[in-house]
Amino acid sequence: MAVPGVCLQDFPLWSGGPTPGHFYNFPGNSKMNTGKSHTMYPSTSGTSVVGLVYDGGVMLAADSLGSYGSLARFRDVKRLFKVTDKAALACSGDIADYQFIREVIEQKVRDDVCGGYTRELNAGALHCWLTRVLYNRRSRFDPLWLECVVAGYKDDEPFLGYVDKIGTAFEAKEVATGFGLHFAVPMIREAREKKQNLSCDEARKLLTECLKVLYYRDCRAHFKYQLADITPEGVTIHDDLNLKKETNWEVANYISGYE
Amino acid sequence: MLFRNQYDNDVTVWSPQGRLHQVEYAMEAVKQGSATVGVKSSSHAVLVALKRASSELAAHQKKIMPIDKHIAVSISGLTADARVLSRFMRTECLNEQFAHNQALSLNKLMERVGAKMQIATQRYDKRPYGVGLLLAGFDEDGPHIYQTCPSANYYDCQAMAIGARSQSARTYLERHLDEFRSSTREELIRHALRALRDTLPNDVELTNKNCSIAIVGKGEDLSIYDDDDVNPYLEGLDQEERRGGAGGARDAQPPAAPTAAAEEDDAASAPPPPPTDEQPQGDSMETD
Repeated sequence: MAVPGVCLQDFPLWSGGPTPGHFYNFPGNSKMNTGKSHTMYPSTSGTSVVGLVYDGGVMLAADSLGSYGSLARFRDVKRLFKVTDKAALACSGDIADYQFIREVIEQKVRDDVCGGYTRELNAGALHCWLTRVLYNRRSRFDPLWLECVVAGYKDDEPFLGYVDKIGTAFEAKEVATGFGLHFAVPMIREAREKKQNLSCDEARKLLTECLKVLYYRDCRAHFKYQLADITPEGVTIHDDLNLKKETNWEVANYISGYE
Repeated sequence: MLFRNQYDNDVTVWSPQGRLHQVEYAMEAVKQGSATVGVKSSSHAVLVALKRASSELAAHQKKIMPIDKHIAVSISGLTADARVLSRFMRTECLNEQFAHNQALSLNKLMERVGAKMQIATQRYDKRPYGVGLLLAGFDEDGPHIYQTCPSANYYDCQAMAIGARSQSARTYLERHLDEFRSSTREELIRHALRALRDTLPNDVELTNKNCSIAIVGKGEDLSIYDDDDVNPYLEGLDQEERRGGAGGARDAQPPAAPTAAAEEDDAASAPPPPPTDEQPQGDSMETD
């Protein structure tokens, strides 16, 4: 059989079956061995999202920048959206993947409304579903490159959860993605040590302060941002907020070379 | 009149009167199964069912199947078809738990079951499901009782009874309809048992062998009672007077004597079903 220079490709003994030295696609397993590869890096991306639970609701904030690497390319990207009266979602990571999952979720909500169902999608159910979807995508080596924060209410209790591209999911009283994890979360925890239950105004001030610090320190951040406030009454999204006026760049003058 | 005609071979053929005879014949199968009753109050939903034994040697066939911690279903008709539908409902409930970490709402479940059953009434290579279901469940909107038919219609009910001689039970339920909403848990089960008892001939009683009870409600996961667990609820029931017990010679074999079943009105179809002229062939189809 082992005649040099002659292989089964030239003189096939059978067709459609495994060939020595070649990959064989087992029937029924369409995706794994096709040799197709998927994009494994984000292109236009968003930076941190910050969220916290306060006494009377949940608050979520994200800036409005879509970065193209280090270029501040799209400065009015809405990364935060209201899902139902009980849930809001904000994502950092690839903007295209965020827009895709937003369409899917909006259709999900529409299906519920058209079916006349009395219970609308709440934050806990959305968080669980998103975890399952993102984990499934990562297991297929085709991830949605996202870090999401789900905020809202679940069974009359305030809910705040985190899901990321590899399917890590957890709930907490304060949650942030990207740089926010390093800057904002310690700030929030420090404020909570002084006062356990924050009021709505205190929460808003704290969140704005977090975003300001992130704008100072994160190269991929911007001063235009969105803020969502979820209370038992519903979801309010404040768009086109601007913290440029509150920032102080005097220190720039002390840097040699800055004009 | 349910007579044989040239439009009744295929479920995909309409009769000139605008009827699907195969679907109506399927609904007859439901009437062959033994009776089952469902009632709800403002806080609980209860199912009771009459179990039938195909012979003295056999155990009484289970009629109530748990679907989830908050849903149970009681069957009347082809048991095998009922199992297929139960398995479907269980996987829907499990999927909701897995994907959304919450219990499936009853109205969502009924839509899916209805859609599944409808396919079998519109394809030439299928037949309608020959089973009627009574669903009891508790969700964020409170307790629910749903009835399904082989026609794929489903009905949201305050109380309902299906199966052989169930008209007597429905009469009882209609008479006491106003009492159900404010009934306590025990009163509700009692009402259901009394309604079920009315479907029995005078010489037959509800025992712990032939009776099943399922209850679910506010703060209470589904419980299904069989055998000895039924005893506390049956206590004293046989002392109570029966009203409108169905009389006449009747045996408890699966092909029930059609003459006495004539008074039954099917909730789903327009024409009242008359006595069937043909004796249905017996135990090749296990109807319970």
